[in-house]
Amino acid sequence: MCPAKVMPEKRRVKIHMGPQHPSTHGVLHLVLTLHGERISKVECEVGFLHRGMEKIAENLQYQQFLPYPERLDYLSGLVHPMALCLTVEKMMDIEVPKRAAYIRVILAELSRIASHLLWLATHALDIGAMTVFMYAFREREAILNIFEMVTGGRMTFNYFRFGGCKQDVPAGFVERVNQFIYDFPSRMQDYETLLTNNRIWLLRTRDIGHLSAEDAINYGVTGSTLRGSGVDYDVRKEFPYSCYEEFDVEVPLSDRCDTYGRYLVRLEEMRQSLRIIKQACQNLPEGDIIADDPRVKLPKKEEAFNNMETMIRYCCSVMEGFSPPAGETYMSVEAPKGELGYYLVSDGSPKPYRLKIRVPSLLNLAPLDLMSRGHLIADIVAIIGTLDIVLGDVDK
Amino acid sequence: MGLIENRFEKNVLVTTVDSVLNWARTSSMWPLTFGLACCAIEMMATGSAHYDLDRFGIIFRATPRQADIIIIAGTVTKKMVPPILKVYNQMPDPKWVVAMGSCATTGGPFKTYSVVQGIDKYLPVDVYVPGCQPRPQTLIASLVHLQDKIKAEHTIAKK
Repeated sequence: MCPAKVMPEKRRVKIHMGPQHPSTHGVLHLVLTLHGERISKVECEVGFLHRGMEKIAENLQYQQFLPYPERLDYLSGLVHPMALCLTVEKMMDIEVPKRAAYIRVILAELSRIASHLLWLATHALDIGAMTVFMYAFREREAILNIFEMVTGGRMTFNYFRFGGCKQDVPAGFVERVNQFIYDFPSRMQDYETLLTNNRIWLLRTRDIGHLSAEDAINYGVTGSTLRGSGVDYDVRKEFPYSCYEEFDVEVPLSDRCDTYGRYLVRLEEMRQSLRIIKQACQNLPEGDIIADDPRVKLPKKEEAFNNMETMIRYCCSVMEGFSPPAGETYMSVEAPKGELGYYLVSDGSPKPYRLKIRVPSLLNLAPLDLMSRGHLIADIVAIIGTLDIVLGDVDK
Repeated sequence: MGLIENRFEKNVLVTTVDSVLNWARTSSMWPLTFGLACCAIEMMATGSAHYDLDRFGIIFRATPRQADIIIIAGTVTKKMVPPILKVYNQMPDPKWVVAMGSCATTGGPFKTYSVVQGIDKYLPVDVYVPGCQPRPQTLIASLVHLQDKIKAEHTIAKK
């Protein structure tokens, strides 16, 4: 009964963190096994936000399912529908007009900046830097205003269509984006001043959550988390889509393999996204906004109201949808969290036979146990923050 | 004491206990920091710099023991109901529930095996906020509505 004779394993304490915890970025449930102040094991319980997305897809026509993907990763609501559109376009062999592809790139990169800003805001807030939260949300509002100008929505948009976009960008869009490009670098400087050389920030992030390149690859980690371990893999560079090969951009890397390294990578990624947006705005081509393909392009309303055949075709397009040829395809894009892939199986009907979504957050969450072993209990929030997960994405 | 002597002769206000209680409750409604899905991001945006809920006396608290309001912000799944009820039961009375967004009010676009079709099956909802997601202005409007509702409550006086 003497305390000194008790084996250390028996003194380990299990505590539950979440699903209601402000620092788990949603409804993540962690079971921490503690040895004193140190973490000896982390078990993740997911599924608190499981909405059955893949099953919903099987019961809806393609264009009916289009509003759903942006509710998976709601921090960057334009990247998920873009990936779905690209998958279906690949399946049906539709070529997207260049203007539409460029607009997609501009909006996707703005989405990436908005997502990284929210990551920075919450990551800093978890560690204790409240000011950065307020600053980052200010810039995020500027991006959301641009989205609202183009699509009418702030976080969920339903703007992309199979074969292009819903409508052209409004007048003054490029000027608005240019204003943002002009303003943003000085705001980035503000964050750097507050964090990059801040002693507390360095103590809380350096050598915390070490993930070696080998482990990262073995766990299937992608995105900034992988590049923070020094692995040069970016889907935009390896398998370019939507005209990404036309832009001059660098892939930021860090060999630090820790939370601080991933912080530096994400900051640099925002700068590189800004470069892409700048180039896309300068070279924004004129032309159509949706592919001239009768399967996906609706006839004009004036023609539909004055011509019987066109009206019938209009009704059929809306009611029956379109049917991609039978077969299967996989298409992946670089989402702000990592590689996002859609694997589509079609049986030639207007509804997908099977739609498997390869979400980046779920796989990025996998090495959490490995990364947090031996660290103090206060470091777990820094490690969850650096993985940049979003629970809608994890649970589907 | 010398400071307060003869100071209240001209400044006496007569009111009811209910009015004082309601005034205090409407001026410091503290919601719980509790996000479920997409709506939680808009809730955060409402609380941060641009929209600034602090000016209404609404300050987010991280523990249910200090909270007056629970904002159900996002999709409620069947797996999530027990934790929500646990958190709700930990909140001290009086407490109010705001169902934010179409998912929390009706299940929204997710009519599936795992999603609860409206949190009002489990909790007494005071204000429903429409939208997917509701804009920050909508959330602020709903909280102002809730303030009006609290102002009309009777704790001591019989109706």
